[in-house]
Amino acid sequence: MGFFIETLIGGLMAGMLYSLVALGFVLIFKASGVFNFAQGAMVLFAALAMARFSAWIPEWLGIDSRLLANGIAFILSAALMCVVAWLIERLVLRHLVNQDGATLLMATLGIAYVLEGIGSSIFGSDIYRIDVGMPKEPVMILEGSIEGGLMINKEDFVAALVAALLVGTLWLFFQKTSTGRALRAVADDHQAAQSIGIPLNRIWVIVWCVAGLVALVAGIIWGSKLGVQFSLATVALRGLPVVILGGLTSIPGAIIGGLIIGVGEKLSEVYLGPLIGGGIEIWFAYQLALVFLLFRPQGLFGEKIIDRV
Amino acid sequence: MLYRENGQFRTSYAADQQIFPIAQDRWAILAIVVFAFVGVPLLVDEYLFRAILIPFLILSLAAIGVNILVGYCGQITLGAGAFMAVGAYAAYNFHIRLDGLPLLVSFLLGGCTAAAVGIFFGIPSLRVRGLYLAVATLAAQFFTDWVFLRVPWFTNNASSGSVSVANLQILSWQIETPTDKYLLCLTILVVFALLAKNMTRCAIGRQWMAIRDMDVAAEVIGIRPLFAKLSAFAVSSFFVGTAGALWGFVHLASWEPAAFSVDRSFQLLFMVIIGGLGSIMGSFFGAAFIVILPIMLNQFLPAIGRVFGISISTAGVSHAELIIFGVLIIFFLIKEPHGIARMWSTGKEKLRLWPFPH
Repeated sequence: MGFFIETLIGGLMAGMLYSLVALGFVLIFKASGVFNFAQGAMVLFAALAMARFSAWIPEWLGIDSRLLANGIAFILSAALMCVVAWLIERLVLRHLVNQDGATLLMATLGIAYVLEGIGSSIFGSDIYRIDVGMPKEPVMILEGSIEGGLMINKEDFVAALVAALLVGTLWLFFQKTSTGRALRAVADDHQAAQSIGIPLNRIWVIVWCVAGLVALVAGIIWGSKLGVQFSLATVALRGLPVVILGGLTSIPGAIIGGLIIGVGEKLSEVYLGPLIGGGIEIWFAYQLALVFLLFRPQGLFGEKIIDRV
Repeated sequence: MLYRENGQFRTSYAADQQIFPIAQDRWAILAIVVFAFVGVPLLVDEYLFRAILIPFLILSLAAIGVNILVGYCGQITLGAGAFMAVGAYAAYNFHIRLDGLPLLVSFLLGGCTAAAVGIFFGIPSLRVRGLYLAVATLAAQFFTDWVFLRVPWFTNNASSGSVSVANLQILSWQIETPTDKYLLCLTILVVFALLAKNMTRCAIGRQWMAIRDMDVAAEVIGIRPLFAKLSAFAVSSFFVGTAGALWGFVHLASWEPAAFSVDRSFQLLFMVIIGGLGSIMGSFFGAAFIVILPIMLNQFLPAIGRVFGISISTAGVSHAELIIFGVLIIFFLIKEPHGIARMWSTGKEKLRLWPFPH
């Protein structure tokens, strides 16, 4: 029992991390209809920037405090991600308005190549560490109520907390600010939003900035767990089943989808894996999403598909 | 002046319905095919065969397959690499487990196995579509990656996980030199391209296109979506699977699952989109572009660097390659979203009036 709950909690926490990546997809798809394959490259780019800046800043400015250096590095990386977002809108998306989904998808793959190339030529392509002072040691909880207690990785716990906080902030931003309202309007109907005077181009820049910041947070958390390296770009592929499971247009869907995928992956790896050979995590997530899709083709929380002939 | 159809009268339905109704097109294509069979083997050296021509031919075949599914039937797929893998491994198993099975038959059986797997993974297309389907096809990709890595039966219990074939032979023709390999790929490609072109012109191709343009409306006028979509998946996977078998047997000779990773799927989709959706000709253009571009960049970047007095390190070259590749793709998508095939037909329209446009 204790082991099952441990696996379950581990799955939920991994799921929060997937949700972080999935959020980036959903934000951009909602606002601009672009399926952003470059999200993984953005995570990598942001994590590289963060790792290098936090190593360079003590040398440049002579700051000893790790907290201060990390803070400045975070602000610099955030600024860099905003510049990237602005460039993407300016140079790519603006010229591809009204193209069909597949073309936009390929364009974002192109962006992914460029970001990976630029990232590794500016910041180098070694494996870096991000040290933001996340606690590493596991703790035992609930030793009284369950035999043997539950072992929980503190780092995962902090990561899940940060993810939850980020989602809460995004929700507030989308629901309570006027910019957020404009973003939702654009997501609902581009033309109607434009006709009441919402500047589409600016909205797109903002939404890519937000997605860039989400990528930065995801990059820091994933990076401090796994180390910042090229394979970080493939977390996008781990985030994809989450997105289609939750629905491409739904932020709560990204969270709940992430949790389902996280738990499903961990449980299958632990209980099903030994029966058919290990390493089934990645395709199991996709199959799980597929099963859900067969019943709800638009994902759990996606907009209902209505066909007009 | 040279390219115009004045005076070419078509007096029968057959003449009106042929693939290249304009005589100049017909002769040009015929000349290119003859040149490819006779001229190229005499002129080209081994490196060019190995590095460019053979990959180009095989990937063109795969791109035609992907184009049938994505361009003609409108079902976006990111799992093409998986079907290449299925084709390659199935052909390998037929080749080593059934003694004396002719090589071509194992290629075709590999293609058929890929078609069966394609139908299975095409079933979600009946419920989901568009980007959801694209992601759903990734399931096929990761599943086959895992199967061929983890299930030893498929690799004939090879301890290293990689399989290899040797002594390719068709009847008494030993396929050893790059020229032989080139001719084998070229023959298969020509036959398959003709097959694909004709399939897209007949009833089944029209059904695919109707489904692509609007599936609900197609259903209303009596096209069965189940048959049309799954047949597109089957035919496409057959082509891609045969290409996979060729890629493994002829190009690589020894391979492991990483040869058919998700990057291969993306590469094939790039070929189709840059070449032109819904165009057999476009598949060739796209394959040429994607195969040749990285090699060109690899060769010329250091040379360009030397001109400006900069020496670029190997890592620098590979980064610059990535960047330039990405930029060129975006540039192409912005300038001509309908692909090189559209540029080609615009060019032909202009050529008809040349040199006196109005």
